[in-house]
Amino acid sequence: MRPVLLWTDGLIFLLLAGLIAFVLLVRRHEHLRAPWRKVAANPVAVAASMVLLYFTAVAVLDSIHFRLALPAGPSGETHYSPEVKSVLDVLSGPLATQQEKSYSAPFATHLFTKEMVTLPGGSQVRAYPRLRFGGASLHDPDRDRIGDILGRTGLGLAGGGLFWLVLWFGIRPWYGQGASRRTVRYTLLVLCLITGFLVALATHYHVFGTDKVGQDVLYITLKSIRTGVLIGALTTLVTLPLSIGLGVSAGYFGGRVDDAVQYLYTTLNAIPGVLLIAAAVLIMQTQLESHPGWFETGTERADLRLLFLCLILGMTSWTGLARLLRGETLKVRELDYVMAARAFGVSNARILLRHILPNVQHIVLISVVMDFSGLVLAEAVLSYVGVGVDPTMSSFGNMINGARLELAREPVVWWQLAAAFVFMFVLVLSANLFADSVQDAMDPRSRRNA
Amino acid sequence: MIAYLLRRLLYALPILLGVNLLTFALFFLVNTPDDMARLHLGVKRVTPDAVEKWKAARGYDKPLFVNAKADGLGKVTDTIFFDKSLAMFAFQFGVSDDDRDIANEIKTRMWPSLAIALPTFVIGLMVDVSVALILIFFRRTYVEWSGVVALVALMSVSGLFYIIGGQFLFAKVWQLAPISGYQSGFNAMRFVWLPILVGIVSGVGAGARWYRTLFLEEANKDYVRTARAKGLSETAVLFRHVLKNGMVPILTGAVAVFPLLFMGSLILESFFGIPGLGSYTINAISSQDFAIVRAMVFLGAVLYIVGLILTDVSYTLVDPRVRLS
Repeated sequence: MRPVLLWTDGLIFLLLAGLIAFVLLVRRHEHLRAPWRKVAANPVAVAASMVLLYFTAVAVLDSIHFRLALPAGPSGETHYSPEVKSVLDVLSGPLATQQEKSYSAPFATHLFTKEMVTLPGGSQVRAYPRLRFGGASLHDPDRDRIGDILGRTGLGLAGGGLFWLVLWFGIRPWYGQGASRRTVRYTLLVLCLITGFLVALATHYHVFGTDKVGQDVLYITLKSIRTGVLIGALTTLVTLPLSIGLGVSAGYFGGRVDDAVQYLYTTLNAIPGVLLIAAAVLIMQTQLESHPGWFETGTERADLRLLFLCLILGMTSWTGLARLLRGETLKVRELDYVMAARAFGVSNARILLRHILPNVQHIVLISVVMDFSGLVLAEAVLSYVGVGVDPTMSSFGNMINGARLELAREPVVWWQLAAAFVFMFVLVLSANLFADSVQDAMDPRSRRNA
Repeated sequence: MIAYLLRRLLYALPILLGVNLLTFALFFLVNTPDDMARLHLGVKRVTPDAVEKWKAARGYDKPLFVNAKADGLGKVTDTIFFDKSLAMFAFQFGVSDDDRDIANEIKTRMWPSLAIALPTFVIGLMVDVSVALILIFFRRTYVEWSGVVALVALMSVSGLFYIIGGQFLFAKVWQLAPISGYQSGFNAMRFVWLPILVGIVSGVGAGARWYRTLFLEEANKDYVRTARAKGLSETAVLFRHVLKNGMVPILTGAVAVFPLLFMGSLILESFFGIPGLGSYTINAISSQDFAIVRAMVFLGAVLYIVGLILTDVSYTLVDPRVRLS
């Protein structure tokens, strides 16, 4: 086994480390803790953040990559499989490998389309063949299926409940007397029950059916989570230095610097976002295509494309944050303590670092959280236009794109769209709800309206 | 006023030039004409001869900035930069890869785009404002709370699902409208109402929520308290004071995006098969026709700047406190 660190993996771990450092910093300072305490007192925000954490956990599990060693050849040298796997692939076990022939409905035991089947006697009829894996343990599917599903559901829910009990009693002493104890308890219960249900059933059935080539839709959806979370989180992050640097210095220094920065973002804003992204992605595609030797595996290629997409998306969206920061800095630099610092002869760099940045950081935070959901949605549209993530990569956009024509079939194939819809909706909704409460807690302007 | 407009127009020139240079850099420096030719002719088996032919047919075989071979003014004018980039200022967009005049194409495709975008925008604005006002009217009740929750849920659904769902329900199951297609003239009604409806519904979540915050800000101001204190009814306060003042940012915001309606809606048009500028752009992107993409980028930038100027002008018209300077 050889670990593989993709570019985006590295960035997501960096982001995670930054997040932990930020939490530790906030815990140490009372004035930073105050707004977060407000967020924690809001049950909706707590539930939403737990769902987001759940999604993030899936994304992180899917970001620990490695390549398995192939059986040693005659020369004794070890070669590694060209296929890059992640911890999530291992955990989801049979899901990734149990491939059917074609479409099958959720919880089905038979294929969705008729095929020639050879009967034991040797004659052939057109019938719905049994699935290779979905409900394969049943002798008489027509009779036993419902009972088996219900039994497994009960088992899964019981297991999930048990896990919840252990988990809850594990974290309860640590959690103490938080204001939204009940919310944490019940959100945790729901998440545990859903996980238990999926674990118990997904090993024997295709819970969300299978797609055109027989791949389990639940597995594709789980893999899509990483793409969505990455695009939502990394995009703002990779352009943060740019927007903070330019926005704050434009507001602080004024004059020529201000003119130049304003010119820069007006020009970038003038180009329709989708077109700029499309142009940049098209160009990147030509570059990647003319240099096939850059990558060892297809996954690395897709990964670099994803990183580029984040960068390009960030390039079109940094302007908004830069403008907000410029405005806020204009206000802050006239405040007494900045004046005092300047009168004492403190250097510009130090004033920016010690006095300006800490007082505009809430804007950065709000913007990062607010942009998340929009970016997840943007990925779907861009993938539809054909300038999104690599077509071989699982993503919500690619799922929707692939499933778009399935509704026109007769009878309708709905499960792939439904799965993408449910997971995307939950992710975006919780991101929106969380962002709202963060904004309420941090932004003095919105506090007035409450 | 005229002096102000002139100054704004002059200020717009460097921005357009910046856009122009940026697209030029993207399309000709990062991605050379050779790359484009190879992409179109197939990456693997392509002879240098075929590349040269492809470039010559499209006028990409000239030097980028300075043509040393030409005489006099030709040194500067007989170049890719002049031909392909600066010519856009005269709205000379050149021809697309299938040898059609892009400017002409834009003129004919503008109308179907407008037939969708204009009603979506106008009716959408009215719907959004009405929903926002209703929520404000029922302030601090369960109506408002559940309304806001519904709006957040609505805006958490990807626009693609609204289109796919709308097409499935209205066109396939209930057969109320054709799934896609377009006819010009009065027959267009049959084809455009569904995209318009989908466009409005997919926008109502974010739109109404945003207008609600604008109205809320207005409703917390002193003059509103005064109006209530002197005994005006809640409806009178809402419609005569809050609505009127809240409409200022809404209308000026609307003016800013108004010119961009010409560009059409990328996704709606391509899903519903409307032959407008949006689907034109999408097709250009998927067939990698860089000439069209370049033209649309420039057109978008021009319209954006027109929107900016219109916003400034409209501010002075509706808000007497703002003066042009």
